[in-house]
Amino acid sequence: MNLNDLPDSRGHFGPYGGIFVAETLMAALEELRVEYEKAKADPAFMAEFEYELKHYVGRPSPVYHARRLSEAYGGAQIYLKREDLNHTGAHKINNTIGQALLARRMGKKRVIAETGAGQHGVASATVAARYGMECVVYMGAEDVARQAPNVYRMKLLGATVVPVSSGSKTLKDALNEAMRDWVTNVESTFYILGTAAGPHPYPMLVRDFQCVIGRECIAQMPELTGRQPDVVIACVGGGSNAIGIFHPYLAHPQVKLIGVEAGGSGIASGKHAAPLSAGTPGVLHGFRSYLMQDENGQIIETHSVSAGLDYPGVGPEHSWLKDAHKAEYVAINDDEALDAFADLCKFEGIIPALESSHAVAQAKKLAPTMKKDQIILVNLSGRGDKDINTVAKLSGITL
Amino acid sequence: MSRIGQTFTVLKAQNKKALIPFITAGDPGKGMTVPLMHALAEAGADIIELGVPFSDPMADGPVIQRASERALANKVGLKDVLAMVAEFRKTNDKTPVVLMGYANPVEHMGYEKFAQEAKAAGVDGVLTVDIPPEESLGVADVFVAHGLDPIFLLSPTTPESRVAKVAEKARGFVYYVSLKGVTGAGHLDVEEVASKIAMIRSHCSLPVGVGFGIRDAETAQRMAGFADAVVVGSRIVNEIENSPENEVVNRTRTLVQELRRGVDAAMK
Repeated sequence: MNLNDLPDSRGHFGPYGGIFVAETLMAALEELRVEYEKAKADPAFMAEFEYELKHYVGRPSPVYHARRLSEAYGGAQIYLKREDLNHTGAHKINNTIGQALLARRMGKKRVIAETGAGQHGVASATVAARYGMECVVYMGAEDVARQAPNVYRMKLLGATVVPVSSGSKTLKDALNEAMRDWVTNVESTFYILGTAAGPHPYPMLVRDFQCVIGRECIAQMPELTGRQPDVVIACVGGGSNAIGIFHPYLAHPQVKLIGVEAGGSGIASGKHAAPLSAGTPGVLHGFRSYLMQDENGQIIETHSVSAGLDYPGVGPEHSWLKDAHKAEYVAINDDEALDAFADLCKFEGIIPALESSHAVAQAKKLAPTMKKDQIILVNLSGRGDKDINTVAKLSGITL
Repeated sequence: MSRIGQTFTVLKAQNKKALIPFITAGDPGKGMTVPLMHALAEAGADIIELGVPFSDPMADGPVIQRASERALANKVGLKDVLAMVAEFRKTNDKTPVVLMGYANPVEHMGYEKFAQEAKAAGVDGVLTVDIPPEESLGVADVFVAHGLDPIFLLSPTTPESRVAKVAEKARGFVYYVSLKGVTGAGHLDVEEVASKIAMIRSHCSLPVGVGFGIRDAETAQRMAGFADAVVVGSRIVNEIENSPENEVVNRTRTLVQELRRGVDAAMK
């Protein structure tokens, strides 16, 4: 099977993906699928997308050789794909620009989004301002409390932020509420989904918009090092930054792909957000994938120091890549991620997002087992300014 | 013919429309569901829709979300729901029971095992909100093979070209979602519903039920004027939520009797 043929016409990656939604959304998803197919084949649409990525986002983002970090970790050379340098500070903007252009093409003047850490919410509010659209962002009440700077950013950008107090008050509940809004306002509203998950065609189109990350790396790595890396590492919550860098590398089977889930307090503690490492397949939020669920098929609460990884499901393509052994998935605990966060600050002068710190922490484990002329490429998916309150609090400091 | 099919046949012969009240299993307490089901039947329910609690009820408004949360706090899972139906069946073998819920609890149990156990418990129909016919990939066939009617939704956004496709997979009745929104929302356009139902009937020979947003006897009466069945959920769950525990059954019975009079008034 050719990987680029996935998903199939109804959004299946093997047994995963699909369209598990209430009838009211079926027509809207079909409309989106048809419109996206047209847009993808329209050179003017793709040219505008690329123009915006270059001139508004600042792409291509650099790849940076983290020499002092590599030396400190004592093994393989570590390179960072600097998605943190994008406008708004994370990879999320690649996708929101793509979807906002689709929304405009479809004549939708109102956009909605769900957000966990707030990065996707900020990226959605940003593009809504950029293209003159009304924007409503749903955010779990707990995340509103722990990501206050991003909440304020969204408001500055003109968005309405709606705290969601149902369920566990985190990303999954924000997604439920965004779906409910969409069901109610389906004709006027475009749902900008933030990760490579949800019902078809979202996992496919988010992946396609994020693949710019991997395509750039494939061009940049030989320029810098004369070859492709031995290992590519990315953090996985819903999995959009990971699929964005992994997918183009699937054509390079000698490159090992490692997705890093949030291990929270440790897999054995049960307090984590690592469905690929410790979950089972099920259906949530419109698609089938690995999930964190109890013996009755109820979704269980997740735990991670990083709000952006605090999600009980994962994009369906990752589930497929796991089963097909095309990528490996591991978990990094909160304390390991915090150590890596500190390392990157100390050795490279880069404050990484807590999400991305999970990927750095995996590089810390792996690098010493590799030779000095081997190469690890880490997708540094976002910057950590938004996390300084969380990190300070854990160190007993009030800002 | 299934118990649901028989019910509609009998009602048609009597020139009556069906009333389908909805409650969430395990709300407000584990032991309350079976007494509530009997009260619904006594008050004039033709079919009972029993909600299977789920942690992430994406298609439900706040009233049914809260009912689901209460039921989950009471540790009610799918197996408990099936046990409740079996208990109800000990003294009622007439009123059809339709389970309404989301895919994951059923998927987790396994569709085959669920179908077997649901049939054995006395369940008649199953509506999994987030499994549209395209995605049912044999699930509907498994249900039919075990004598369960798969119930599917049609909505205001369902294009005419899709109605026949949905109807082909459906058994028992089709459930027309009367508004764009979640359960319990409040912007029902009766005229629009009437014209949609006429369109549905031209592609579908099954009885057509209407639900979402029906809050009182008067609206139930107007809906029963053109639909074969009227589903009332959030209004009843709201009554359960707002009643002291010792009055839950009586107040629910009184409300359903009122809705029954509304539905019957449509045919006078």
